Amino acid sequence: MGFLFEDDNFSLFRDGFLQTIELSALSALLALLLGTLLAAFRVSPVPVLRAFGTAWVTLFRNTPLTLLFFAVEFGLPPLGVHFSHLVFGVLALGGYTASFVCEVIRSGINTVPLGQAEAARSLGMTFGQTLTLVVLPQAARTVLAPLSSVFIALPRNSAIAGAFSVGELYSVQQTFSERGYAIFAIFFWVACAYLVISAAVATLFRVLESRLAVAR
Amino acid sequence: MSSLFTRTSTASVLYDAPGPRARARYRLFGVLALIGVAGLLWYVFAALSDNGQFDPQMWDVFQYNTVQQRILDGLVSTLEAFGLAALFSLTLGALLAAGQLSDHRPIRWACVGFVQFFRAMPLLILIVALYYAFFAKEPMWALVLGLTLYNGSVQAEIIRSGVNAVPRGQGEAAYALGMRKTQVMAGILVPQAVRSMLPSMIGQLVVTLKDTSLGFIITYHELLFVGKAIASQPINAAGFPYIPVVLVIGPIYVALCLLLTALARWIEARGRRGANRRTSAAA
Repeated sequence: MGFLFEDDNFSLFRDGFLQTIELSALSALLALLLGTLLAAFRVSPVPVLRAFGTAWVTLFRNTPLTLLFFAVEFGLPPLGVHFSHLVFGVLALGGYTASFVCEVIRSGINTVPLGQAEAARSLGMTFGQTLTLVVLPQAARTVLAPLSSVFIALPRNSAIAGAFSVGELYSVQQTFSERGYAIFAIFFWVACAYLVISAAVATLFRVLESRLAVAR
Repeated sequence: MSSLFTRTSTASVLYDAPGPRARARYRLFGVLALIGVAGLLWYVFAALSDNGQFDPQMWDVFQYNTVQQRILDGLVSTLEAFGLAALFSLTLGALLAAGQLSDHRPIRWACVGFVQFFRAMPLLILIVALYYAFFAKEPMWALVLGLTLYNGSVQAEIIRSGVNAVPRGQGEAAYALGMRKTQVMAGILVPQAVRSMLPSMIGQLVVTLKDTSLGFIITYHELLFVGKAIASQPINAAGFPYIPVVLVIGPIYVALCLLLTALARWIEARGRRGANRRTSAAA
């Protein structure tokens, strides 16, 4: 267990930890924005947009994340698209998670009582106004719980990015095992790091939930 | 296209039945969106074909019998790992759920701790640790065991919440008839729980199926690994067929997952006919 504090191991570990957080945070942001947009597409009155949203969700939800990373990491460079590994990782992870966020938000929209949207419409609000001013703010509350499990899963999924040359906790684990430390000691520390991240995300959502809670 | 997507019951609440002007506006948006989507698709297609990704030489590899056979073998390996992991994880999930609902405090705590730990652990880290520690020679068992531990924990949570969601009167009535805890569980609660939770359990099986692709990283010869192996051998100067491989393997995964999802939906529809139907939200 003590190997972490020898040599420069700790700074390596800390960098991996921070990179995991960076990758997860950027992907979460992309997933949240894209997911909300896709959810709006899926309930919109324009058939083409609905079809696009449905197609995106079906495709990305049913493709293994490993395959997505593979496609982005090996498929884009031959096409002349050159980003850093981090950006590739964010694209794959964000696009994948967005499909889950979209489904969660869409089911949240369905839980908002019918009268709310009807009242908004009878006030003469357009679809965009109904959605952004009335329905989505209320949906946000019910959506928080299922959204938290999506965003707790995200840092765990980010480990896969480590296997596709994004600097990350997984790649730290690889480096340590190449240096020949005991695998269980490495596993212990990496596990601790992930538990800390999951606990932090869970706490954040619990705080948000209690902040936003209203009597219904 | 329009006949497929015009009526979704969820959406119609959010906007009025369009009048002539709104219909014209929607049509305008529809045309703009169509142009946008078509433009995007065309751009992707053009980028791919400009790059020579659709050249016949790029796709030649798939004509060899050996390559086809390798893809089939990869598919079989994927399904093998999935089958074993599904079987073990459902068994482990049932055991852990029983443990979590146990009346004996130490058993309950141990099971809750086990479930929470493995649910919070990245599957990849788990699988790689197992691979290095025990199964360096047999990556399949590292994959299967990792999938079992993680998905078993998730299944346990699903089953447990299902048992807790059965109306209290069911268990109380069974106890009042003099049944023992084991009888109440096995005879009354679990059958009802499994029935209502089957869609989510199959949903988790879809996740299990997708996660078998992690075997790629520990060199288990499953579908994605085979694809990488095919793509990384250069063929007559046309380059590495990474994109064709993705275009061949991706649909296989999507089709498998959609099949499982369709099964879940079918079972859900069947269950809704029964006595303890759960009506879905009307909106």
